[in-house]
Amino acid sequence: MGLTFLHAFHKRDTIQYPEEKAKLSTRWRGRIVLTRDPDKGERCVGCYLCAAACPVDCISLQSTEDENGRRYPDFFRINFSRCIFCGFCEEACPTYAIQLIPDFEMAEYNRQNLVYEKEDLLIDGQGKYPGYNYYKVAGMAIGGKDKGEGINENPPVNVKSLLP
Amino acid sequence: MPTIYIDNVPYEVKAGKNLLEACLSLGKDLPYFCWHPAMGSVGACRQCAVKVFKDETDTKGRLIMSCMEPVRDQMRLSIEEPEAKEFRKHVIEWLMTNHPHDCAVCDEGGSCHLQDMTVMTGHAYRRFQFKKRTYQNQYLGPFLNHEMNRCIQCYRCVRYYKDYAGGKDLDVFGAHNHVYFGRAEDGVLESEFSGNLAEVCPTGVFTDKTLKQHYTRKWDLTMAPSICHHCSLGCNITAGERYGSLRQIVNRYNGEVNGYFLCDRGRFGYEFVNSPARVKKALVRSKLPEAVSRQEALQEVTAQLKNARLIGIGSPRASLESNFALKALVGEDNFHSGVSDTDYDLVNMSLKILQSSPARTFSMREVEKADAVFILGEDLINTAPRLGLAVRQSVRLQPMETVMQASIPYWQDAAARELVQDQHGPLFMATLTATKLDEIATAAVHASPDTISRLGFAVANLISAESPEVPHLPEEEQALAEQIAQALVHAKRPLIISGCSSGSEAVLEATANLTAALHAQNPETGIVLTVPECNSMGLAMLGGHRLDSAFAAIHNNYADAVIILENNLHRCADKAEVDRFLGKAKQVIVLDHLHHATSEKAHIVLPAGAFSEADGTLVNNEGRAQRFYQVYPTAEDIQESWRWLSQIGQALHVPLMNQWENLDDVTHALIEIEPRFRSLEAIAPPAGFRIAGQKVPRETHRFSGRTAMFAHHSVSEPKPPEDPDAPLSYTMEGYRGQPPSPITPFFWAPGWNSMQSVNKYQDEVGGHLRYGDPGVRLIEPGQNGTHRYYHEAPEDFQPLKDHLLVLPLPHIFGSEELSCFSPGIAERAPKPYVALSPQDAQMYGLEAGEILSFTLNHQTFRLPVKLFPELPLGTAGLPRGLPDVPFAEVPAWAIILKQEPAWKNQPHTIS
Repeated sequence: MGLTFLHAFHKRDTIQYPEEKAKLSTRWRGRIVLTRDPDKGERCVGCYLCAAACPVDCISLQSTEDENGRRYPDFFRINFSRCIFCGFCEEACPTYAIQLIPDFEMAEYNRQNLVYEKEDLLIDGQGKYPGYNYYKVAGMAIGGKDKGEGINENPPVNVKSLLP
Repeated sequence: MPTIYIDNVPYEVKAGKNLLEACLSLGKDLPYFCWHPAMGSVGACRQCAVKVFKDETDTKGRLIMSCMEPVRDQMRLSIEEPEAKEFRKHVIEWLMTNHPHDCAVCDEGGSCHLQDMTVMTGHAYRRFQFKKRTYQNQYLGPFLNHEMNRCIQCYRCVRYYKDYAGGKDLDVFGAHNHVYFGRAEDGVLESEFSGNLAEVCPTGVFTDKTLKQHYTRKWDLTMAPSICHHCSLGCNITAGERYGSLRQIVNRYNGEVNGYFLCDRGRFGYEFVNSPARVKKALVRSKLPEAVSRQEALQEVTAQLKNARLIGIGSPRASLESNFALKALVGEDNFHSGVSDTDYDLVNMSLKILQSSPARTFSMREVEKADAVFILGEDLINTAPRLGLAVRQSVRLQPMETVMQASIPYWQDAAARELVQDQHGPLFMATLTATKLDEIATAAVHASPDTISRLGFAVANLISAESPEVPHLPEEEQALAEQIAQALVHAKRPLIISGCSSGSEAVLEATANLTAALHAQNPETGIVLTVPECNSMGLAMLGGHRLDSAFAAIHNNYADAVIILENNLHRCADKAEVDRFLGKAKQVIVLDHLHHATSEKAHIVLPAGAFSEADGTLVNNEGRAQRFYQVYPTAEDIQESWRWLSQIGQALHVPLMNQWENLDDVTHALIEIEPRFRSLEAIAPPAGFRIAGQKVPRETHRFSGRTAMFAHHSVSEPKPPEDPDAPLSYTMEGYRGQPPSPITPFFWAPGWNSMQSVNKYQDEVGGHLRYGDPGVRLIEPGQNGTHRYYHEAPEDFQPLKDHLLVLPLPHIFGSEELSCFSPGIAERAPKPYVALSPQDAQMYGLEAGEILSFTLNHQTFRLPVKLFPELPLGTAGLPRGLPDVPFAEVPAWAIILKQEPAWKNQPHTIS
């Protein structure tokens, strides 16, 4: 009895959703977004690892290349009516492109509306991992970064030189 | 058989192999890079280190490279020994110091040998913190992409390209840790086998550029076992699809046929399947709109054919089943082979020779083991490219005997090549013009078909007096004939190669005589004849009348409707004649997968499945029947030709076709009616075949995106399509173990994601596939009576004034109809030209690039001249099958039109 009364005077756990929003940690696994790198380029390079990691196979994409050799997804589709928000895609992503954010308010009356395309997923910011730019550490030459201009890279080898 | 102890477990292994081969054949996981089963060992990468112990008491042991160590009886070695494991881990760490952080954007990722080996050795964390080496890439043509940063310097590419395939323009440059694998300068890789670099390279330096246009990881492809449709050899391929388009062709190992390699036409010619010229809907020209549904089209066809007198024209590029279905529909008397007259005669003659010849037709594996080869009239690299590569290996055989005598194991590649240098075994070439194999030939002559035939007859006569003598043979040729006869008689397994590409029956006659003469002395003699198309042999076995008689049937009002099966008649008969034929026929129904000049004139066009959308059987030049399977369910109204035809047959109440439901029904009917096809039953498991109650999945267990691929159309996932024709399913569910070899949709083994996993599917490394290599031989020697010698050698070729004998010149890129629809192949195809010898050109007052006008079978040609110094005098070469060169029945005499003097074309000026 005493315990019950004690609880009656505790701070309330219940919040008045939706007037009052729940406080979610930054690591909360909710709606999936595709982020951009610091240069505002799309981070996603279309490597298909998220799709392969997805246990419910709800990610589907097609990678393509721009004229400078930079890869990006031609389309990127997540079927949120299947997604279980496990976050495997985020773990698998080698470029920090795909991220789960603290937002769960995605309810729809029509299930078809839960199919998100790239334009629904792509945001303008860097999300949880600011500063990372995959192409700066990858060896490929893309527009604006030639061979040897990445981080921790030597200038291209002069094949004709015999100097050590 | 020697016994070796691996980690204290005794195994029996084959003598003469190296330890790495032995370990891999036993199913052990031992990492390697520079070793390749087709290329032997050089010990460059140091990755396959194992510990070898002196005896049971030896605990220390010593590290050795397993690929460099022959198997010895009672040998004790350890793969799992900690020091060996540590060594391998260090080696890969060194190899990886400069490897870029690229896997996400690398096309090799997911089927990468380097990834597999890195995981296998347990190298997981990069300690090297210094700067990485970088390289500039090169443009290597439309087939391959170059990304030199990824190189681990295993030297496999140059060893394959230069040593194995005989290429000249890929090499290693630079020094120390700056070595560079590429061309001297940017440019198209010249070798016709360059595509194999994508599979030979253990990492992503060379990758498939056509795959890059629509990139898909290996694990996302829906794959099925298929057969290459681009020449008569029937190389086994694996075709992969994603999102409804064909994405990639990779080699499917077949120990008897293609082994580890494909040619570029086979690997990159697949894009015609995705071409905009595809027929996707049934078209009824009398309706508006023309495109109709499958049912409407069938109704229309039935209505039109109900009272029609029908004939059918088959196709050498359609499957055996489709051709048979057409034959069953129109009746045996009304079935015509849709091939040119020359091809009809030559292929039928080839078939007759193979059936009656006492000698065996060699498979490509046997060709590699032939120690003396004589090629008559075939430019192999352009007509049957993969066979050319096999011949290239055969000339190594005789010099390798000195290697054996020096007790160097045959797989010690560097040592063997050092000893052999550029010695070649006997290879004699008699061809129309220079070929790429001339450089390894003991002697190469370039002559007209008749002269080639005379040479063949002369050699046959020298070997056996039963073969007729050749009158008036020049001394020079007699000497050459003696040299060839000597070489062939002294060989253990001599081989005669010829075929249809020279367009000459006399050459085939000479081949038949020569083979028979040689076989009487040496029962190991072999023969190989190439034929023009992927199913030419099958069509010839099925029988059928000439195309001419089809034309006559329509013109004489014997028939008024024609069904043309997967065939562009404009490629096998004169345009005027075909147009007259198509104009006269009341009803022309074309089944094909591509729009072309013939389908343009058809009243009804039915969309047929291309090779990736159909099941069927092809018979290759060896007489080997091989099954190809549908890769993905077809969209829209496309279906296999035999299915269209059996639906038409059922609607028309053809009794034979009443019960036809799936491929097996068609095959059974074929076997019943034509008993010579009875071994087709053993070709592959039937559609009802299950392993543990399950089908074999076409998709890998990692296949992704199933619930999102089509979600934009409808979020409710449809039932996966079923395949009534094959024991394969279109899903990822099913039996996960190793299926029987004819229905292996892809090669994959735990820890082995790349093509190198094929080791796990072979009975021994580089040997046959487990459960036997796919395909059954329908032709066995002496099957059809005994060989009778042809009794007359032809007269020697004599040039004619103001005439040129036009000979067909095949081209690997351009001569084959389907592959020309692939942009990469089209880019490599030559521009239209006519080849002349420099003397002839001078006589007609022409220089290279100038226009030569001539009439050939009443057609006038105006083509720029190319000078071929090796072309015999009095002949001209016309490229075979180029899309822009109209068809002409060749060889034939062309009348050279007088070149109008330049002043005649000048405008008149009045001064």
